[in-house]
Amino acid sequence: MIQLIRQRTLASFLSLVGLIVLVFFLSRLTGDPTNLFLPIDATQEMKDQFRALHGYDDPILEQFGRYVWDVLHLDFGDSVRRARPAIGVVLEAFTWTLRLALITMTLVTISAIIVGSLAAFRAGGFFDRFASLLSLIGASAPDFWIAIVAIVIFAVTLGWVPTSGTGSVWHWILPVGVLFIRPFGLIVQVVRGSMITALSSAYVKTARAKGVKNTPIIFVHTLRNAMLPVITVMGDQAAALLNGAVIVETIFGFPGVGKLMIDSILQRDFNVVLAAIMVTAIAIFIMNLLIDMAYAALDPRIRY
Amino acid sequence: MADHLLEVRDLSVRFHTAAGAVDAVKNVSWHLDKGETLAILGESGSGKSVSASAIMNLIDIPPGEIVSGSILFEDRDLLAISAEEHRKLNGKRISMIFQDPLSHLNPVYRVGWQIMETMTAHGRSRDEARKRARELVARVGIPDPDAALEKYPHQFSGGQRQRLMIAMALALKPDILIADEPTTALDVTVQAEVLALLKELQAETGMGLLLITHDLGVVAEIADRVVVMNAGEIVEEGTAHEVYHNPQHAYTRKLIAAAPGKGDMRSGGSERPVLLEARNVSKTYGDFTALENASFKLHAGQTIAVVGESGSGKSTLARTILQLEAPTGGEAFWKGRNLFDMPSKELFGLRRQMQMVFQDPTQSLNPRMSVFELISEAWAIHRDLLPKPRWKERVEELLVQVGLRPEHAKRYPHQFSGGQRQRIAIARALALEPELIVCDEAVSALDVSIQAQVIALLGRLRDELGIAFLFIAHDLPVVRDFADDVIVMQRGHIVESGTAEQIFNRPREAYTQALLAAGLDPDPDVQAERRRQRLQAAV
Repeated sequence: MIQLIRQRTLASFLSLVGLIVLVFFLSRLTGDPTNLFLPIDATQEMKDQFRALHGYDDPILEQFGRYVWDVLHLDFGDSVRRARPAIGVVLEAFTWTLRLALITMTLVTISAIIVGSLAAFRAGGFFDRFASLLSLIGASAPDFWIAIVAIVIFAVTLGWVPTSGTGSVWHWILPVGVLFIRPFGLIVQVVRGSMITALSSAYVKTARAKGVKNTPIIFVHTLRNAMLPVITVMGDQAAALLNGAVIVETIFGFPGVGKLMIDSILQRDFNVVLAAIMVTAIAIFIMNLLIDMAYAALDPRIRY
Repeated sequence: MADHLLEVRDLSVRFHTAAGAVDAVKNVSWHLDKGETLAILGESGSGKSVSASAIMNLIDIPPGEIVSGSILFEDRDLLAISAEEHRKLNGKRISMIFQDPLSHLNPVYRVGWQIMETMTAHGRSRDEARKRARELVARVGIPDPDAALEKYPHQFSGGQRQRLMIAMALALKPDILIADEPTTALDVTVQAEVLALLKELQAETGMGLLLITHDLGVVAEIADRVVVMNAGEIVEEGTAHEVYHNPQHAYTRKLIAAAPGKGDMRSGGSERPVLLEARNVSKTYGDFTALENASFKLHAGQTIAVVGESGSGKSTLARTILQLEAPTGGEAFWKGRNLFDMPSKELFGLRRQMQMVFQDPTQSLNPRMSVFELISEAWAIHRDLLPKPRWKERVEELLVQVGLRPEHAKRYPHQFSGGQRQRIAIARALALEPELIVCDEAVSALDVSIQAQVIALLGRLRDELGIAFLFIAHDLPVVRDFADDVIVMQRGHIVESGTAEQIFNRPREAYTQALLAAGLDPDPDVQAERRRQRLQAAV
């Protein structure tokens, strides 16, 4: 287990380094932020001063060296726009995204497992066909469209929930609801397929021959065996949410890391972009480690 | 009042498949009494397992359909009761064990929990169940029962897993135990132990034992009465002795005649030049030694059988010599040239002279390729062998040679039976005109009568084409009338080697003797005599 963590940490460290290099230079390719920050009638003198202050006039390799040195000291620099440490801005936004992702994935996991398992148990039956249709629609519907339609119906027309922002429980309903749909659709289908295979396996026959009731056959015998592929897909979906659901966060004005990133890119607030990428990359690394541990916890044949 | 413990009357079961309705069993009737062992004997597709599945309510409806019949158990018709009533009987009054205990145990739960579940599912308390599970595990002969309860199925050997299945099935002392091919996946020595255990437990509990098997030897060893099934119908029934010694139906006679190990033994083959020689070949995987210092000589046109139980290294021996696995020691020579330090290009050229036929033709034939494509693929790889215009003609020739028809070339593997598929695999091996064919358990998955036909085919090819065979098998009788020489392997070592006559009639090593003694003779009288001798030896 310790060896697994060590191996993964080393591999992730390498990809993190690659990511920093790539993002640092790619973001610089988008141009100099000076013109975006200063008023349109700023004098050349003001511009030069701004560049010197933030080090944008140094050679790019020197800027990169300085950045790496600072990151090694856990200093991600300040946000130019907000005049605060970039990492503080990112962590604040990331907390929002993490909460959104956790709530969504918990709801998705519970409901998809129940719906998928029941559909598999009577494969081809009415409930199965209904659930399959629903999940297919969910997996293929574009979320920006659902988000807008949901705002029109539930916020504007019916007035049940606020259109955007945060503040109360009501503000969470639309973003969670919209983000729920696609992973739910996908995971129901994976659970269903995996459960159908597991239900036809020999150990289920043994359980039936032992006189075990249907509920434990589905939720004890079969589900644990069927969970491995499901966890893989769940990890994928959770990673997408942790990355910041850019479109949905933007539409609902949700102050998460996805919205922060897109705003910072448009504003060329490089330090924030880089810090956000670092934080989400580390979060995804930790999540993948948790998934590997979940494999081992579910299947005693897997040992690291 | 019912006359018997369990009685099946006029049972007909139909399965609705994509290809149409199939009558799995037609008007089958049999009965089982207390303390009695009834064997249902049949080959694959004979419907021998269907009545057992109906008893346990394991037939999925649809696609299955019970067309007619009744199953009487204690004045109740098991076909008329509800699923919940069935569940209450299953595991408590009627239990079942299956062929492959690894896949029939849940891989992610501890065996202790799985044994306890039989009891907790029928309302016993967890404490009581745990105590009984410990007793049972000790009773079926698992060492260190307390530790065993905490282990997972994959941590046991095949024989131990079947013992655990038996413990699980007998937890609530059922009146009936149904054993569906309980020893088919096990080694011969383990098979003998498991059958002996079943017999002992039956004597202790007085349960009726229903044994479903394809193996005449198992019937001879354990059954009181036998029902012979073919194509969904009962063709014959009687005591095991009657049926073996005085079979009435042509099918039964054919089945008994097909049992291997009764013909003349071959000898010789060593006067021709040496084709393949292994000198101290070894193979280790990490710390595990799969093969150590194996040496033998195979002459042109000769057949050497490599026999041994699972894990003995017999497949590793063949795979290492053919360079499908990298050897970790020793040398191997093909007509005097060292295979182990040969440039890969030269080895590629030699490959076509050595072909392999595997155990499971369903897996070794690509289901998306037609027979023509499967066989002619070899010529697309070894291009100089045969010009493309001649492929069709040669494929048809090969099909005839292995006992199929030329028009079969257009079909796909799933359109053939298991035996026919193995013939296709043999035709594919023949396509490159090899001098050596390695058969890795090539007939193990086939029914006895089909097995006999495939062995006869291989024998004919050997005589007509002068092909040498390295024939890997776990089943001793199968190699008895086919091999010139026999190599016996155990735990990566060659224990003994010699001519077939020498190995079978005058085995020197204790392991070879034990292996031969554990094999089951299809004659119930021979088995009864052996049991008597074993008992005497034990006393």
